Amino acid sequence: MKTLLRRLSVILALAASVTWLALGRNTGWTKTSVTTMKTDPVTTLEYPVTEKRFVPGVDLLGLCLAGAGVLAGLSLLRPRTPAARP
Amino acid sequence: MRLHSKILFALATATALSAAPLSFDFKDPKGVNNAVFKLDAPLEAINGTANGVSGTLSFDPENPSKTTGSIVVGTGSLHVANPMMKDHMLGAQWLDAAAHPEIRFEIARIGAVKADGGNFSGEVTGKFTLHGVTKEITVPVKATYLKDKLGMRVPNQKGDLLVLRSTFTVKRSDYGINPGAPQDKVSDEIEITLSLAGASPR
Repeated sequence: MKTLLRRLSVILALAASVTWLALGRNTGWTKTSVTTMKTDPVTTLEYPVTEKRFVPGVDLLGLCLAGAGVLAGLSLLRPRTPAARP
Repeated sequence: MRLHSKILFALATATALSAAPLSFDFKDPKGVNNAVFKLDAPLEAINGTANGVSGTLSFDPENPSKTTGSIVVGTGSLHVANPMMKDHMLGAQWLDAAAHPEIRFEIARIGAVKADGGNFSGEVTGKFTLHGVTKEITVPVKATYLKDKLGMRVPNQKGDLLVLRSTFTVKRSDYGINPGAPQDKVSDEIEITLSLAGASPR
């Protein structure tokens, strides 16, 4: 059980970190859309174009790492020793 | 009709026709018309956009200081990238989009007008309504009158375009937008940049 918890903790921490790094290393809040500015050729106005895209932020990373910490912490708990029989 | 009366009538008609203000519609289904807003607090920078723009202006290129009309931005069209932040922003504690669906600027007067061909700049004073609170503010505006350019945007449509640009700052506390919220997290100052093009079809 302890081994399982520790393995899950490592997997969760690694998966969260790799995903966060791979999807943009966003140091802000998690985003579900990304906006880029384009220029209208007729008026030369800049205008936003928004596309739906999931970009994990430090809030999600922190939550996953905290979850990994909880799992690791649980793995360190000692099992209850049954009371000795007289 | 005597000759000089005819001449006077023709001159008066020509003057009236050339001085007639044009009505520009700022509703833009393509979403080019937009507002960008920024709140830069020490602990957090918030950036967002809005493209629910509408409104009409009556503009005379010969007399730009007489421009009248209003520009409206739908509160519900404001967008930030984080969905929870967007819900809070539009919710009752902040902008309360359900109770105040429009952000409006209504022109009262225009001063300090400078003209350079089809390019104009000036100080526009008007009633700015945000979160149900109306205050008179003065904002700098740059305008470009693009005569006969509507066809470049809308195929086979004759008409003119009026391009407006303006950047100004308002304080959310002036408009009762969650005034108790810590300003080191959500800046009191909101920088708003408008990029608008109105169409006047003929």
